Amino acid sequence: MKEGFRWRLAVVLAVLLFGAAYVLPSLPGIKSSPLGRFLPDSTISLGLDLMGGIHLTLGVDVDKAVENSLTQMGQDIRTMARDKDAFVLRPRVLPGDRIEFVLAKAEQREVLGELLAKQFPQLSVAAPQTTDDGQLRYVATMKPEYRKTISDMALEQAVKTIRNRIDQFGVAEPDIRKQQDNRIQIQLPGLHDTQRAIQIIGQTAHLEFHIVRDDVDAEKAARGILPPGTEVRPMIRRGADGSQAETPVVVDKEAVLTGEYVADARPGFDNFNQAYVMLTFNSRGAAMFERITQENVRKRLAIVLDGKVYSAPVIQEKIGGGRASITGKFSTAEAQDLAIVLRAGSLPAPVSVLEERTVGPSLGQESIDKGIMAAVVGGVVVMLFMVVYYGMSGLIANVMLCFTVLLILAGMAAFGATLTLPGLAGIVLTLGMAVDANVLIYERIREELRKGHTVLSAINEGFDRATLAITDSNLTTIIAAAILYQFGTGPVRGFAVTLSLGIIASMFTAIFVSRVVFQAWKGGSGDKRLSI
Amino acid sequence: MGFSFIRHDTNVDFVGMRHKAYVISIALILVGLLSIVFKGGLTYGIDFAGGAIVQVKFDRPVADDTLKKSLSGASLPGLAVQRFGEGETEYLIRMSHTDESAEVLRAAVTEALTANIKDATFVVQRLEMVGPKVGADLKSKAVEALYYAVLLIAIYISGRFERRWMASAVMAGTLAGGMYLLGLIGVPKLWLVPFSLVLTMVLCWKLRLNFALGAIVALVHDVLITLGVLSLLNKEVDLNIVAAILTLVGYSLNDTIIVYDRIRETLRTHRKEWTYAQIINTSINQTLSRTILTGGTTLLVILALFVLGGGVIHDFALTMLVGVFVGILSSIFVASPVLLHFGMPEEEKEPAPRVGQEGAV
Repeated sequence: MKEGFRWRLAVVLAVLLFGAAYVLPSLPGIKSSPLGRFLPDSTISLGLDLMGGIHLTLGVDVDKAVENSLTQMGQDIRTMARDKDAFVLRPRVLPGDRIEFVLAKAEQREVLGELLAKQFPQLSVAAPQTTDDGQLRYVATMKPEYRKTISDMALEQAVKTIRNRIDQFGVAEPDIRKQQDNRIQIQLPGLHDTQRAIQIIGQTAHLEFHIVRDDVDAEKAARGILPPGTEVRPMIRRGADGSQAETPVVVDKEAVLTGEYVADARPGFDNFNQAYVMLTFNSRGAAMFERITQENVRKRLAIVLDGKVYSAPVIQEKIGGGRASITGKFSTAEAQDLAIVLRAGSLPAPVSVLEERTVGPSLGQESIDKGIMAAVVGGVVVMLFMVVYYGMSGLIANVMLCFTVLLILAGMAAFGATLTLPGLAGIVLTLGMAVDANVLIYERIREELRKGHTVLSAINEGFDRATLAITDSNLTTIIAAAILYQFGTGPVRGFAVTLSLGIIASMFTAIFVSRVVFQAWKGGSGDKRLSI
Repeated sequence: MGFSFIRHDTNVDFVGMRHKAYVISIALILVGLLSIVFKGGLTYGIDFAGGAIVQVKFDRPVADDTLKKSLSGASLPGLAVQRFGEGETEYLIRMSHTDESAEVLRAAVTEALTANIKDATFVVQRLEMVGPKVGADLKSKAVEALYYAVLLIAIYISGRFERRWMASAVMAGTLAGGMYLLGLIGVPKLWLVPFSLVLTMVLCWKLRLNFALGAIVALVHDVLITLGVLSLLNKEVDLNIVAAILTLVGYSLNDTIIVYDRIRETLRTHRKEWTYAQIINTSINQTLSRTILTGGTTLLVILALFVLGGGVIHDFALTMLVGVFVGILSSIFVASPVLLHFGMPEEEKEPAPRVGQEGAV
């Protein structure tokens, strides 16, 4: 018995030490003190609902990525066919992941067939149909496994780009993760300028340079009469007062250069203190830019961002050195954000905000204050009750209650769990449930005492008989908590964590620790009285 | 010994009161169900229905009407204004889902309030926008959670009481199979929850798992009354409420398990000399102080949470408050007396387990 007691006491002390070691770093001031060096690094982090911040669920439009990929393939087929002297016309993306194109001369069927089989195994090509004018019309479908690769890559790329942008924007400890159904979940603790954050995260930032076709009649263009290979793009013009108007501009359909060659982007200020964005191309981009400017002197070069023309300066001369600037009456913040977005690269597909939850810092603090207040008041009332009702034993139960809370917090720190407002509610709830185990044991001890058992045997009997019932009855709550964890979202998960930790900790303290305390208290003595 | 509220030799005839208790319980359940039916089902919060809420806090009281009027000009679909917390300073502005982004809604609300309410300043404390897709997903997740909770707990308690784990395995198999079949023919998940409950009850009845059946009856009773109260008070069901309901499902069984264990213990010792009604009644009385104390301490902290915890978890606390309270009453007045109707269980075959192996408190 004595041996068993020593062993039990050692376990209790070890757990107490573990608890303290994990809880201490979360207290203000401890981590930086000399003591902090000996303690574990992990602290309890606060959830967005307590700390304030932004929670976003974005949907990535992977269909668009697939469509882009098909468009690209159409152009590639045309270019590659031309190298083999075959002429492919009018590549066009059709609904249902299909692409249509026309072979000008039917006799070149074999050349194209060989090319498609060799270079485009990701397409399944149906037998071509002969059109009225002797051309061949092809329809090819993207293979489902390739479609999956494309959408997976798009999602992966989107996560990477968004992480990049957020890092550059400067948010501490962002949490960005992929979810099912092409979704991305983003948590930005402590950030409150939602509008700016969403602008930065959500902008596709697809940068293109197009040659402006000033030779096309603007009036005809407005009526939809366009020379082949050109298109109309809206050009943003901003007034000095910040008002925004759009005028149509005719540009070449094919971009001469895209944002993928941009190595760096920085905000800058011109002589009028107007903000703009300075682009630096990588070496390949610089060479291309030099060639383009050389070939198109005195033409205008449209800088197109996400389909809109921001500026279209006239090319005065060949531009070497690989630098370009985007002007457009930006505010300083806009120029900064645009630079971030261009630096981080474009999103492979447009994203949309499916869910947004923002908590302001004042509400977060208020929630913490109120939660702690509820915990303290609830805890104190329960403790008072226990002392009044069970005397000395009630006091032991109260110590166990404090121990339980310590273990919950330590467990959270050790597992790196996040404390949320429902989590805080879970701790408060556990305060009430934790004493349940003590009540069950004490009531049984009282009953055994009434039956005339000695103090020692009543204690033993009480603990023995209560143990299994307590475990069993708590198990149903743990089942519920486990399911909540499995299916819940952030805040609810926090609740599931504190609830299950609370139940496990309270079972341990009530069944194991408090028994050691009772043994130490009454074990050796032949006491006839027990304050319970 | 310390003092006690409930004398250990209390002997109230709870079993004798069972008919009155049933009438009250059924009346409460009916009132709740009627409220749910008349209001066209439970009201879902934006978590499930989709939509947006903006929580604003003014620096001085603003009347409901003033706020409503000032917002009526802005084009906010399905606008509803609701006071939040105590006093007239905090409000929840709710909108149904639109294609507008949350930022546009924020701007619209901010503009309307700044323009129309001159004598008070405000801050937007919280803004939540849930799109219809995410809402539908969260809903199906919540339903799945409820479903699996019912399934697992049903399997656990069917084996738990009579230690007939074979029966429990039969139960698990039939439940899983039955639900799989129902799923195959396209029954929506939400309906699987009541279906699996009914199937569990039928199985318990057929397998003569009396205690499990009683526990499930009590569980359904508690949850139905709680849902009814939520509907009567026009509370919206959101993620937090589902969390509260699931916790209740787990917690309300605690008391039931304690009383049932005592009944089984008394059955072992007094089977010969007492009637089943007497055995049940004595057991309820012997565990009465336990039931009230454990439930009472939990109610105390939930009350603290309800009063002091702030608006965001107010409804969560309310749900727990109602549920735990009903749970205490049901384990005394419903869960145990209802056993009487299932007949006295056969004598347990195995010898009484050693102390410490199995215990009742």
